[in-house]
Amino acid sequence: MNNEWPLWEIFIRGQHGMSHRHVGSLHAPDAEMAIKNARDVYTRRNEGVSIWVVEANNISASSPSDKGPLYEPSESKVYRHPTFFDIPGEVGAM
Amino acid sequence: MYAQMIKTAGTGVKSREEMSEQERAFQDKIDADIKIEPKDWMPDDYRATLIRQIGQHAHSEIVGQLPEGNWITRAPTLERKAILLAKVQDEAGHGLYLYCAAETLGVSRDEITEMLLDGRMKYSSIFNYPTLNWADIGAVGWLVDGAAIMNQVPLQRTSFGPYSRAMIRICKEESFHQRQGYDAIRKMAEGTPEQRKMAQDAMNRFWYPSLMMFGPSDKESVHSAQSMAWKIKINTNDELRQKFVDQTVPQAEYLGLTIPDPDLKWNEERGHYDFSEPDWSEFFDVIKGNGPCNVDRLAARNKAWDDGKWVRDGLLAHARKKRGAKVAAE
Amino acid sequence: MTRDEAFLQFLLRMGDNTLILGHRVSEWCGHAPVLEEDIALANTALDLIGQTQMWLSLAGEIDGGKSADDLAFLRDAWDFRNVLLVEVPNGDFGRTLMRQFLFDAWHSIMLGRLMTSSDERVAAIAAKASKEVTYHLERSSDTVVGLGDGTEESHARMQEALDYLWPYVGEMFVSDDVDAEMVAAGIASNPSDLREEYDALVGRVLAEATLTTPESRFAHKGGRDGRMHTEHLGHLLTQMQWLQRAYPGATW
Repeated sequence: MNNEWPLWEIFIRGQHGMSHRHVGSLHAPDAEMAIKNARDVYTRRNEGVSIWVVEANNISASSPSDKGPLYEPSESKVYRHPTFFDIPGEVGAM
Repeated sequence: MYAQMIKTAGTGVKSREEMSEQERAFQDKIDADIKIEPKDWMPDDYRATLIRQIGQHAHSEIVGQLPEGNWITRAPTLERKAILLAKVQDEAGHGLYLYCAAETLGVSRDEITEMLLDGRMKYSSIFNYPTLNWADIGAVGWLVDGAAIMNQVPLQRTSFGPYSRAMIRICKEESFHQRQGYDAIRKMAEGTPEQRKMAQDAMNRFWYPSLMMFGPSDKESVHSAQSMAWKIKINTNDELRQKFVDQTVPQAEYLGLTIPDPDLKWNEERGHYDFSEPDWSEFFDVIKGNGPCNVDRLAARNKAWDDGKWVRDGLLAHARKKRGAKVAAE
Repeated sequence: MTRDEAFLQFLLRMGDNTLILGHRVSEWCGHAPVLEEDIALANTALDLIGQTQMWLSLAGEIDGGKSADDLAFLRDAWDFRNVLLVEVPNGDFGRTLMRQFLFDAWHSIMLGRLMTSSDERVAAIAAKASKEVTYHLERSSDTVVGLGDGTEESHARMQEALDYLWPYVGEMFVSDDVDAEMVAAGIASNPSDLREEYDALVGRVLAEATLTTPESRFAHKGGRDGRMHTEHLGHLLTQMQWLQRAYPGATW
């Protein structure tokens, strides 16, 4: 039997209210130890306050061939990006 | 520079006409600075070369724990001990990030670890040199990390997404390493005559091995050209070595330490320092396994891995029992 | 014994425990069974070194203005006040983690009491250290349970570690004149008062780990009062203090 510890993907939410963000991966025998390992590996500089772990096997990802239909429609909605709009300098920061 | 003499797979850079349609699309993405992600199509040679390069880089971080770890229990103050321990711990973290990046290419951590342990894969030549006095800890941070950073900063822009992200994280953490090294050796260069002697001794032993970290000149190499076209190598070895020398000479002068190269001098015309090449026959000896510490370093890693087997197996067995019990209860 | 003399002894006991254990744990750096454990052990050692700086700085203030480094690097073995448990060699990973667990359990209970110390400086150090040690205990308990209830081999090794270390547990609960003085001043609890809570905590974890707690209550003593350390401490100090001893007066 393969005795390699499973791979986990680690998501951390920092102190500033942003959503959980993928920070990297690590190995652990189970979810509890994955959380502890994540605390030790990925928050050595106080980076986070909340940790999610997901076994890498359980993640479904879009495949490259989907890239067209999944991403192209939003690419045409350039107005979703703030830099689309020209704001006159006189009105200040926006 | 922890990846040395990486053999680039394939036969060199292909012209656009020689490329298949897939290869052309791949190269176009790289030329447009679009990152290659694990599920994207990539040439087999690109994948193979990256596994070698990231793997060697990761192994270097892990073996690199040993020469510095050699002084943790002898650090002269509580603060120095804490700083050194935190630094060596960071190296373990960097190794971990890089192994994870390699895993996205289809090689598991255990597989790639075994390749280090049985000698199929290499690590940087620099870690086969011993740390003999406390100033060596300063020299390793200042010179060795300094040389590594030369390569790691541009690699943040490398074409493979997971590698690039690992490098960004590493560079962020690395910034304190070189500073702590310089600070430690500075204290000694400005200290008692014995401390000065230690600092100069460290300088004498680490200068040329640090220059070797960049590897022999590769400006003529077809392999190198391919890696550069793939953006997994950003600068030539000579460019990086020159940059390192130019940066380090004034730092050594500030400390009043002598760089052990009588031919080192500023070349006004080139705008760079001229310097002596390291002894490349020594470099090849070290690469072949005949450095001062090769045998000890590999033995230490093998021992840690073998002694740890029952721990890895035990914790996994417990996790499986727990999961079994949970499933049974549901 | 004056109150200050007793207070100094108390602070040395706290600081020497974390100093010596931190040193032992740091010996693992680069040699652990798996990278994640290597990183975790280094965090534990770093916390312990940080706590040492706090305890020994305060001890140095009481002791005529010495620095934490003076106390760590320039005392001889008989001046050390750590319990014997923390100075025994690491052994295998199982023994190291079992020792960590047996110490963490005592440490977390002790720090919990010290948070309400009548001495504000002690209470402040305890409050900071307690957060760290709560996590140490969680991690070492989990590992003891995982390895105790893991494979046949890991179980056997953990039982062996427990049997070896158990005679060193009792010293953490011996009370003497120093402790009486600390209790009278409201600075610290009587160590013997911690035993019941300790036994309950340790018993629960060891049972979950399917390990058998030895029945003997025999205790090796001599560390907390410096009367008789193990032979191991001298070797540890030889390494730790070498530079400071060989080059007196240098700054690093």
